[in-house]
Amino acid sequence: MYLCGARELVGCIARRIGFDDMDCSKISLAVDEALSNIIRHGYGKAFDRPIWIGISPIKPTTDSIGGIIITIEDEAKQVEPCKMKGRELHDIKPGGLGVHIIQEVMDEVRYEKREKVGMRMILTKCAPRPMESPRLSDRKCVCITPQSKSRTRS
Amino acid sequence: MAHSNPTYIQIDRPEQGVVVLSPSADIDMSRSPELRAILRQEMGGGVHKMVVDLEEVHYMDSSGLATLVEAMRNASKTSTQLVICNMNQKVNAIFEIARLDSFFSIVGTRDEAISL
Repeated sequence: MYLCGARELVGCIARRIGFDDMDCSKISLAVDEALSNIIRHGYGKAFDRPIWIGISPIKPTTDSIGGIIITIEDEAKQVEPCKMKGRELHDIKPGGLGVHIIQEVMDEVRYEKREKVGMRMILTKCAPRPMESPRLSDRKCVCITPQSKSRTRS
Repeated sequence: MAHSNPTYIQIDRPEQGVVVLSPSADIDMSRSPELRAILRQEMGGGVHKMVVDLEEVHYMDSSGLATLVEAMRNASKTSTQLVICNMNQKVNAIFEIARLDSFFSIVGTRDEAISL
């Protein structure tokens, strides 16, 4: 199991991009949940199947200090992206929280079927703008608008 | 999959009927089965309070959370009080994201948990 290594890698890169400690931890958590879901559900708890992780920074612009795009691909069974939904939280029970956590942490979560086999998950999060001055304090990162959140996975 | 090191959870019995479990590593899908097994093993049988001390846990994923939710349900069935203590901010964040921070009894220190 190399989940801890994947978490550390993602957390380190997120930190270099400019996310604070808490956001780095949450992004690592989202990736951990995504990988765990693939192993548990996609691969039927087989721990020796391939998973690819790609990490790209979103470049800073005049309106944004950038962000991170994490692409996770597997060779697991394909499912319709529209069926990837989180469960209702009011029903407190063990399990089924992973997708909710991913959606809660990331700004955008998108699922796609890969060309021949497996799924592709694309996670995006913007780095919040530091509180440089009161004048800037209410500005929001706009590289990916929060309104465009695609909450499509369970 | 159980983690290869079976000793990452320390078990203390500071008082009659009180058990304190102290995991000494991050709790993810590779380690939560062992935590689940020990929680089940220690629950009931004259134990009226179970404390989970998370001081050494710097990271927990939803499998750890699910394990604690299951333990809380089992605790209710066996009239055992389950208390969590020494939770750091990052671990607390996952409880908040899952809206479970008010579902558990969470206190600051081990002493508080034992005397609760």
